[in-house]
Amino acid sequence: MKCRRCGQPAVIDVRRHNAAFCADCFVHHCREQVKRAIHDFRMVEPGQRILVAVSGGKDSLALWHLLRELDYEADGLYIGQGIGEYSDHSRAATVAFADERGWKLHEIDIRGEYGFDIPGAAHATKRAPCGSCGLSKRHLFNKAALDHGYPVVATGHNLDDEAAVLLGNVLRWETGYLGRQHPVLPESPGFARKVKPLVRMGEREMAAYCVIQGIDYIVEECPMAAGNKHLGYKDVLNGLEEQSPGSKAAFLFGFLERGHEHFAATAGEERDALGRCRECGSPTSNDELCAFCRLRERAQGVDAPVELGPTRRRNRGHARSARPTSAG
Amino acid sequence: MKVLLRNPRRELEIDGPTTVLALLQRLELNPESVLVIRGDTLVTRDARLADTDDIAIRPVISGGSTPA
Repeated sequence: MKCRRCGQPAVIDVRRHNAAFCADCFVHHCREQVKRAIHDFRMVEPGQRILVAVSGGKDSLALWHLLRELDYEADGLYIGQGIGEYSDHSRAATVAFADERGWKLHEIDIRGEYGFDIPGAAHATKRAPCGSCGLSKRHLFNKAALDHGYPVVATGHNLDDEAAVLLGNVLRWETGYLGRQHPVLPESPGFARKVKPLVRMGEREMAAYCVIQGIDYIVEECPMAAGNKHLGYKDVLNGLEEQSPGSKAAFLFGFLERGHEHFAATAGEERDALGRCRECGSPTSNDELCAFCRLRERAQGVDAPVELGPTRRRNRGHARSARPTSAG
Repeated sequence: MKVLLRNPRRELEIDGPTTVLALLQRLELNPESVLVIRGDTLVTRDARLADTDDIAIRPVISGGSTPA
């Protein structure tokens, strides 16, 4: 394959754009796609500082890198979740990335500051760890943005993430979630603006961006997430994409252009009816405690091991029995 | 050729020459869900791989907590 822009040998194909790119032109393509997302969805106003939620994974590190390349004043926030060696590795990758470039990184250690961790929260609530993880991250990213004066929080959610969430929400007709699913959640009392500048970028493209730019991200997946429902939705969508390139983008952007408005009113009503948490003052639909403070109450002091997700449990057996084979 | 796979990490020996797409089909991997790297360089699905190549197949799918 040849690069669509310059005709040199290509290193990455992007089938939904019916294109392939050499390394330099692919980087240009990524910058243009992020610029377009920020512009089209009016994500950031001139001069606004951005707090980037970073995990050490490909999407968040690539996002931070791209925003800096595009001359945004973007600092990072890492949240330590206490997920054993996985958290140790993800923190090390994030800190090394920031230190090498001299970029400002804020850190929050949930166990140190709030007295619980994600394995303990999953054990205490008897629910999937990803729920506690997402809830904690949303609360703490927002709080950190307000505390440190960042009007905008940017997350590394990409096209694949958003399409998978949309599929999950449609399968259950979660009208409230559908109303809130958008690349921009506007600021409101108690909330910073939340933006997803990678919404036009596929997951495979973000990994390729990191490889090309020499960004050393953690390839390892979260052991507690392995095999979760969200990954199953991605698997289904990638099956469709392989047969019909552009399916994921058509699904997501079709919803944003023609479907979202039908659900947005529900989300607005929910947000207008919010009260305040008596513990931390955050907006909440509950008059007493917000979801994060309720989680903290239940999980504080609970000491639980890192429970492996279903795929990792299966692979543990597979890895023990795997032998190098020749499939020639 | 040597083929390194991740999650779980394992190494396979596969006869070449072949193409990236044929290799992925042989391993029952969706090209949408991986990157293929020869040495230090990404390769496209039509690239021909030689018997002496060192290949890494890197998964690109991650997921856990849902977007805000």
